[in-house]
Order: sequence, then C-alpha cells, then structure tokens
Amino acid sequence: MFYREAGDYKTSYSADNQTFPIRFDRYRYYVVLFVSFLVIPFIINDYWASAIFLPFLIYAIAAIGLNILVGYCGQVSLGTGGFMAVGAYACYKLMTAFPEVNIFFHVLLAGGVTAIVCVLFGLPSLRIKGFYLAVATLAAQFFLVWLFNRVPWFYNYSASGQINAPERTVFGIEVTGPNTEAWAVYLFCLVFLVGSAIIARNLTRGMTGRKWMAIRDMDIAAEIIGVNPLTAKLSAFAVSGFFIGISGALFFSVYLGAVEVGEAFGINKSFLVLFMIIIGGLGSIFGSFAGAAFLVLLPVFLKNVLVGSLGWPTDTAAHFEFLIVGALIIVFLIAEPHGLAQLWRVAKEKLRLWPFPH
Amino acid sequence: MPVAFLNFMEVTMNGLMAGVLYALVALGFVLIYKASGIFNYAQGVMALFSALTLVGIMEGQVPFSHLINALLGTEIHHFGWHINAFFGILFTMVVMVGLAYCVQRFVFRHLVGQEPIILFMATIGLAYFMEGLGDLMWGSDIKTLAVGLPQGGSFAIEDLTATWAAEGERYYGMYIDQLDIVATVVAAILVIALVLFAQYTKQGRAMRAVADDHQAALSVGISLNFIWVLVWSLAGFVAIVAGVMWGAKSGVQFSLSLIALKALPVLMLGGFTSIPGAIVGGLIIGVGEKLFEYQFGPMLGGATENWFAYVLALLFLVFRPQGLFGEKIIERV
Repeated sequence: MFYREAGDYKTSYSADNQTFPIRFDRYRYYVVLFVSFLVIPFIINDYWASAIFLPFLIYAIAAIGLNILVGYCGQVSLGTGGFMAVGAYACYKLMTAFPEVNIFFHVLLAGGVTAIVCVLFGLPSLRIKGFYLAVATLAAQFFLVWLFNRVPWFYNYSASGQINAPERTVFGIEVTGPNTEAWAVYLFCLVFLVGSAIIARNLTRGMTGRKWMAIRDMDIAAEIIGVNPLTAKLSAFAVSGFFIGISGALFFSVYLGAVEVGEAFGINKSFLVLFMIIIGGLGSIFGSFAGAAFLVLLPVFLKNVLVGSLGWPTDTAAHFEFLIVGALIIVFLIAEPHGLAQLWRVAKEKLRLWPFPH
Repeated sequence: MPVAFLNFMEVTMNGLMAGVLYALVALGFVLIYKASGIFNYAQGVMALFSALTLVGIMEGQVPFSHLINALLGTEIHHFGWHINAFFGILFTMVVMVGLAYCVQRFVFRHLVGQEPIILFMATIGLAYFMEGLGDLMWGSDIKTLAVGLPQGGSFAIEDLTATWAAEGERYYGMYIDQLDIVATVVAAILVIALVLFAQYTKQGRAMRAVADDHQAALSVGISLNFIWVLVWSLAGFVAIVAGVMWGAKSGVQFSLSLIALKALPVLMLGGFTSIPGAIVGGLIIGVGEKLFEYQFGPMLGGATENWFAYVLALLFLVFRPQGLFGEKIIERV
C-alpha cells in the first residue's frame, strides 16, 4: 500500500535511473533531508550535538568509507583508526600551514591525502587475500599511529605531543575551536555526510560499484570477465580512504578539538567502525547509517539506564556495557548476519504486499 | 669475544624467548583455525580471562562482588580462603572447559556455515563479552599473579657470561630473565604434549580428521560438536599457560589481552594452519623485532616493536601469500 511501484510512471530515462525509483522512498528521503537541514539545527543544543549528532554524523562517514572497501569490494580492513589519524593529521598540518584557506577545503584535501596513503597500504591486497589481508592492514594501523606519535613534524613540535585545532570559520561562523555553536558544527558535518552518501550511493550503483562487487563475489571470475583487479581494488581503497580521511579530519577538528593519536585513533576505533558496518549491513549505504546510529546510541542509552536510573557505580556500568555490546554483536550475527539493512529490506517487502500478503 | 657481539647474542637470546611466548599465543589461534575455520580474535582475551580467574580463585574472591554489592547494597569481597596454585590452575581449567562448551553451544553452533568474516566478527564480539565479564566478575584493578614462578635475572648466566668478554673490557654478563627460561621450557613441553595428543590419541586423530575435511569426518562418525568443544578447551589450556606466563611477567591487567595482537603477525608469517609455522614464526618475529629495535630503534625514535612485526610479516606475505608453512592456496572458479 505504501511502498510500491504501481502507478508511478517513468516518462524519461533520467526518471528511470534516479537513485530512489519508488515514490514513497523519494518522499521519505526528502523528509529526512528537510528534518535534518531545517528542523534539527533550530532545536539542537550542546549536549545533543556532542553526545549524539556529531559522533553519529562523523562515524557514518567513516562507516560509508569502510563499507565501500569491506562491504562492496570485499577487502577486509582493520586499519580504519590509522587512516582516520592520517585524515586528522593531514587536516591539522594544512590548517596550520595555510590558515587563510577555508577549512572546508582542508577537510577535502585531508581526505585526498588519506586516499593516497590508503592506496599505498592497499597495494598488498593484490597478492594477499582474506584474513591475511585483514591482519596485514593492522600493519597500517600500528605503523601510522607510531609514526604520528614519534615524528614531531606531524604535531608541529608541540610539547605535549597533542594536536589542537585552531579556530576556523566558514562564512564567518566558527566551526572549530572552543567557541562554536552546536548548530554550526552540526550543519558543517551534515554537509559532508550528505555529500559522501550521495557520492557513495552513485558510485556503487554505477560501473565502478559493479566492478567492486564482482571482485568481492569472486575475484578470479571477475578478472576473467574483464574486470581489472588492480584498478578495482585500488579504487576501492582510494574512495574508502577519502571518506575515512574526511571523517578523521572532522573527528579531530570539529568534534574533539584536541587529539592524542594513540587514544583517539587506536585499534578500538578500527573495530568500532567495523562493528558499525557489520551490524548495519555489509554492502549497504543505509546500513552504514543504521550501524553508526546504533553503536553511537547504545552506550548513551546504557549509561543513562545503568548509571542514571539504576544508580550503579560508573566502572561497573562500563564493564557491563562491554558485556552487553559483545553479547549484542553475537546475538545480531546469529539472528541476522546481514545486519539492520536486511531487516529494513524485509520490512520494505512486507510493506509492499501489505494489506494483501497472498 | 667483543662486547658488541655479546650484546648482539643477548638480544638474540631475549628475542628467542619472547618469540616462544608469542608462539604460545599463536598456537591457540592455529588450533581453532585448523579445526573449525574460525579465526579466533578472542584468544588474547581468553588468556586475560583465565589469568583473572586464576587470581580470583586463588585469592578466594567472590565473583561479581561489585555487581552484587551495587545491586543489594552488601559489602562482600572475599570468601576468606586461599587456594594453592596447583588447585587454582585445576579449577581454572574446569572454568575454561565450561567456557569452551558455552561458546560452542550458544555461539558457534548457531553460526555453522556462515562466511568466515561473520565468524571472525563473532569472535570479536566474544572478546568484548569476555572482557566485560572478566572485569565484572573479578574487578578491573591490576592484580599480581603469585604462582611461585621465579622472578628477576638469572645470576648463574650473568656470572658465566661475564667471563666471556675479552680481557680489560667492561662487561657485566648477560641479563636473562628466569621467568623467560621457565616459559620457554613450559612452552616446549606444551607443544610436545599437543603434538603427541594430536598424533597418538583417538581424540587427537579425530581432531586432525575434522581439520582435513568436515564432511568426511562426519561420515565416519566423528561428532563435530565434540571436536569443536575439544579444540576450544585446548585453546583455553593454551590460554591459561599464556595467561600465567604473561601475567607473572607484567601483572594481570587489561593490556594482557593485547598479546593477541602480538600473535597475529606470527600467524601471518607462519601460516594460519600450521603448528610448526606458529613456533618458527614466533621465533623469527621475536628475534627480528628485538634486533631491529636494538639496531635501528634509537635512530627511529624507539618503540618500533609496535609495528615492526606487522611490517615484516606484510613484506614476507607479498612474496609468499600463504605464509611459511601454510597450505598452498589454490583458487578455482
């Protein structure tokens, strides 16, 4: 009744090829955009921005990036934390070296730098496959974190070894530094997220995405039908690195403001983003959003319930949180290995048939 | 002998013994991977969990005391008894077997036939779960593990080697940790025991059959469920040994679970499916990273041990994608 193609006549090729071919989907998409751009900025406050919206937006970008690599191209990567650190440090170096350039371009350039680094660490993927590759990407994680810790040039020889985001503005409104408004940083991140999602969605619908998926499903067969594994794999690494770099740059400059590399971009970050795409759904852009939202909301929710309502000590609650997150991941994998996106797909099928299921 | 050469020898010795400890953790991975195709990230956390349980049992701590106190408002912490190390290890073994059964029964039995990446993610979930469980059961403070293992350097070796240096050189002998020596011996015994078990017992043969071919093993009447519980228990025993050795070395704390990350490059180098590979890989990594740190560490700013093993394994894999002793990867369309 709600969700069906019937009666929605396409009269041109562009209408037939649009991202959301079903009218209901399209309207839903417009409503979401409307709410996120024109409603939330007016009601957001500092707590909501820093506890929920900013982490969600930034992790969603990282999850889209990783999903392209793992979910679409099938190259398992555990180096996300390291690549985010590349984005953060590239952004920092650019911000301090060229203060007159708008930070918007710094973030984009940081994404570009990360893409190059990511391709470099993606080169072994041409020889190494499966778990061997997953472990090999850990090399990137440990090497990059060590590099940013030990080479003082990266943190401009500051005594603490930390990097601090200087104040920068977009259209005269501050987006980094201590005196930012919640709505400004929210919108700044949202623009990047929407841009990333649109690019990712269209890439994965087109020839590039089909090549990636062919490589994922069976790389030898893909090679035989004429997909060049070199360009397909490395382009996936590059695009993935670009998004992850952007999210790392935003994570440092807009969200945290000051970063110590081992703490902010450690191996746990890699696992967190990987969890997001597994719980959300491998090979689905919507899944990246769902997984990021789930894993950002869950700790906040657990903390509110356990510490806020039940009055447990914070450390006990923190241990319990680990236990719950671990258990939930296992339960999810058992109940629905294809993630939240699959639940959404099933729901859509049901809706399509809805009042007359037979 | 010149002092530089003696120093080089000392670093090599220490590297070899560190390598044995890495190999010990890597062994647990190989056992499970061979028998069930599960890449068990939780191996490191299993070592932490077993060490925590051992300390908790020996000290007579009440499990979940923090949680109970928070819920009921009581103030209990200890049963007030102490158990000696032998029985403590015995009880810990029982706990690990129970854990192996639960893992098989409640997690992996439901995931049979899933893709390897899903199984891998499940073990990461398991790692989080056990980390939370261990801390919740026994508290998260750093504990010392007193099972009566010797501590400190070995004076005998120090005195012996001090005489090797050339006349007139200032050389005070090699520093070799006694604990490392014990660990090496224990690891060697463990490996021999495992090999004997796999080669000569009925269960060991069944285990190897499962590792070769699941369906063929099923068809001759081997229970896959039992074998999987068995390998998880064996990995649990290996985890206890690793947990005791590393726990006695640096205290039982969260960082113990990170030894899994040290074992991964060992696995890559040696091949995921080979027990000798795990040992040889462990030794190569141990010696390699110690020597690299000794030679180039000061030049590069130190702490190269964090990544050297990975980069070494990565470079190695580019030339031999299945590792040293791994089964040749044959791909068919």
